[in-house]
Amino acid sequence: MHNRIREFMRRPAAFLMAAMAALTALPSLASYDINIPPPASPVAAQMYDLHMFILWICVAIFIVVFSAMFYSVFKFRKSQGAKADVNFHESTLIEIIWTVIPFFILIGMAIPATRTVLDMKDASHSDITIKVTGYQWGWQYEYQQDGLSFYSTLSTPWSQIGQPGVPATEAKGKDYLLEVDNPMVVPAGKKVRLLITSNDVIHSWYVPVLGVNQYGIPGFIKDTWFKADKPGAYKGQCNQICGKLHGYMPITVIAKTENEYADWVKQTKTKFALPEVAAAVGSAADASPVAPAATAEDSNKKYTLAELEARGQQVYTANCVACHQANGMGLPNMFPALNKSKVVLGSKAEQIKVVLNGRPGTAMAPFARLSDSELAAVITYTRNSWDNKSGDAIQPAEIKSARK
Amino acid sequence: MSATNVAGHAHDQEHHDHRPTGITRWLFTTNHKDIGTMYLLFGLAMALVGGFLSLGIRLELFQPGLQWMQPETFNSFMTLHGLIMVFGSVMPVFVGFANWLIPMQIGATDMAFPRMNNWSFWLLPPAAILLAASFFVPGGAIQSGWTLYPPLYTQSGIAGDMTILAVHILGASSIMGSINIITTVLNLRAPGMALMKMPLFVWTWLITAYLLIAVMPVLAGSVTMLLTDRHFGTSFFNAAGGGDPTMFMHIFWFFGHPEVYIIILPGFGIVSQIIPAFSRKPLFGYASMVYATASIAILSFIVWGHHMFTVGMPAAGQLFFMYATMLIAVPTGVKVFNWISTMWRGSLTFETPMLFALGFLFMFTMGGFTGLVLAIVPIDITVHNTYYVVAHFHYTMVAGASFSIFGGIYYWWPKWSGKMYNEGLGKLHFWWTTIGFNLTFFPQHFLGLAGMPRRVPDYALQFAEWNMVSSIGAFFLTAGQLIFMYNLWSSYRAGKKAEQKQWEGADSLEWTHLPTPAPYHSFETAPVIK
Repeated sequence: MHNRIREFMRRPAAFLMAAMAALTALPSLASYDINIPPPASPVAAQMYDLHMFILWICVAIFIVVFSAMFYSVFKFRKSQGAKADVNFHESTLIEIIWTVIPFFILIGMAIPATRTVLDMKDASHSDITIKVTGYQWGWQYEYQQDGLSFYSTLSTPWSQIGQPGVPATEAKGKDYLLEVDNPMVVPAGKKVRLLITSNDVIHSWYVPVLGVNQYGIPGFIKDTWFKADKPGAYKGQCNQICGKLHGYMPITVIAKTENEYADWVKQTKTKFALPEVAAAVGSAADASPVAPAATAEDSNKKYTLAELEARGQQVYTANCVACHQANGMGLPNMFPALNKSKVVLGSKAEQIKVVLNGRPGTAMAPFARLSDSELAAVITYTRNSWDNKSGDAIQPAEIKSARK
Repeated sequence: MSATNVAGHAHDQEHHDHRPTGITRWLFTTNHKDIGTMYLLFGLAMALVGGFLSLGIRLELFQPGLQWMQPETFNSFMTLHGLIMVFGSVMPVFVGFANWLIPMQIGATDMAFPRMNNWSFWLLPPAAILLAASFFVPGGAIQSGWTLYPPLYTQSGIAGDMTILAVHILGASSIMGSINIITTVLNLRAPGMALMKMPLFVWTWLITAYLLIAVMPVLAGSVTMLLTDRHFGTSFFNAAGGGDPTMFMHIFWFFGHPEVYIIILPGFGIVSQIIPAFSRKPLFGYASMVYATASIAILSFIVWGHHMFTVGMPAAGQLFFMYATMLIAVPTGVKVFNWISTMWRGSLTFETPMLFALGFLFMFTMGGFTGLVLAIVPIDITVHNTYYVVAHFHYTMVAGASFSIFGGIYYWWPKWSGKMYNEGLGKLHFWWTTIGFNLTFFPQHFLGLAGMPRRVPDYALQFAEWNMVSSIGAFFLTAGQLIFMYNLWSSYRAGKKAEQKQWEGADSLEWTHLPTPAPYHSFETAPVIK
């Protein structure tokens, strides 16, 4: 018995496997999890079950195959006197058997898998549709039927993340790297169809507990769907390398009851209405989502400095704070300060160009997706905040003419 | 095959054993043994560079937060780690094995095109320099991952062009090497050395060489399209101009999937030499092994879509690629069963080469299982681009290809150098590497199942514990490789003289017909094989 244990310990890989198996018996500690987290949608549940099914088949095959191997290792050792049977080196019958049996095992696996594939692909009869656009480095969600459009970016402060040479100054919160400013909100128990694309490079919208993982390909729109079983918060991340901040563009989906969802739509419409609707809506909460072209954002409108600064602060908070910080100081060596910046205090045309086109090869993404008035406002804000006192007011028309 | 008078041969060979000296020997050599040595040393050097990059990765991932490098530097580290290990280390090392062993194993005196052989090697250092230098140019090294997907790739600075050039050079080297191998195997076998009598190592390289010729040009085409999209106004992968980023994925993976079989097939061949030798029995099911290898190679051309299951592909495409990928499990399983049957009713000893071969068998098969799991589309949707995939390909490429390489180096070291390595240190290296490897990569399965994406420098708190374990494992694993290098170095300098036939059960021509160390020129007269 003692010898057996010693010989078992001599096979570290086997020992490790046993240790891992033993760990599954322990109550699951959040951080030493070894399996897929509990699924939150019917498709994710099918994926979970399929994985368990395949895993157990693999474990069974593993045990059979490696019992044979370990048996050989122990039984046919030269040191114990085993003599080689040099004539045992061929058998057509055995080859046929161990070709055919695995083939049938594979068919057994493929049948349930096929059913799930067909289920996953069926995005018909959805209750709502949301267009998802990946950006470097955040997500845009557009609810066409509700007239909503907003951006969803990381809200974990950089003081929790730290940077090379400068340790984090704040302890990491429990949703570290998984929290966003504006989550996607959906009705629980309803089929949500997603139209996924990208504005620049390939991203991937990945929320595993909901069973969704699909690339956003720039220039193409492809659909998928999910149904959240119940109300709750579901987290995910961008899942295709997309440049510098690939690891910093998370996803949060909040599923609400039908009534809560309807309330959310009403409130959010005033906050994030599509540009065509902005002028018409004002504070009215139930304007039609389809607005006539005449009320499209008027880039010829002139705003006062105070109006621009106020709006600019909102835009800055939503789009620029993550990197350039609320105090405009940026992060040394990582994100430049806008306070006392030569670019911000220099030529207007030059700053407009940088904001519109970004700086390729750096983390400064293009912001041409913002409207003329939003860009005019935020640029005005930077030129008149903190220690910057240029007195410049940029009007939307200047942005419009700078766009190519 | 019949043993021949090795002593008589040894006497003949000594007259031809004078070899050139100095740096020009290495620059101008056309000798397959010298070229093999250079490939092996180059691969070792690149493994150290790639290993350094992997330590940078695991260092940053030791804890959540950004402590050691900017995110873009991390992206470059993980990209170059992949490119250098695959193209700069594993592939050249296997070509080094091919150069050293194929002529000896088939009774030929050298490769069919010795001068082209020299050129195939000397293309590699400039390519390596291009890749290493790309870290230091404005914009830094590329960040796209070794898979080079546009449009992200298109955003690269000058490093993007340096990398494309390096890939072209590496591809040209592989294509020329493959032409050489195929011509040598088909034309220079000694009388009596029928194709179905060749050692399986030669078969696996013959098939690998065909794969290389088929797919390296496809890679070359894809990176050339990246180049023209970047600089010459084309829009192959840019929707605004009528192109499609997805097309790049199709073309790249049409190369990429056979590429991973290119990486493993020579390893299968090495293990097929080692296991019979240490079982003192012929390889079980030789013919089936040949057919299984060929089946794997052919099937490898029709499975590329499994790298793209999440691209938004129609269900019919997902199903086709799922079924085809699952099918590859059949011939692969056949090989595993044949290796185990080789051991069955054998007379086994467990010197270092055999330990690595058994470690390969155990852990490559684990990698095969996770591959089967990944083939199932709904499961892939959950774990695509997560650490589950990273675990899968490290099990197959490190516990698979690299273990077979270690086994092969220890196995043939006496034949190449005439010295024996230290067996105790060899066994220590094996156990250290096995423990370190599993500590590093087994927890990554858990991370992937839990939903941690790959190619990220930072992560949410629920991933912290397994990442720490994995990082500790990585440093431990790397440290153990010093034992390997020390063992070979001290053996080379002052090791015990090796036996002529160091391994009792070895039966291929280099062991039965040639002295140890193998002479500079061997089989200048072809042996007759009965």
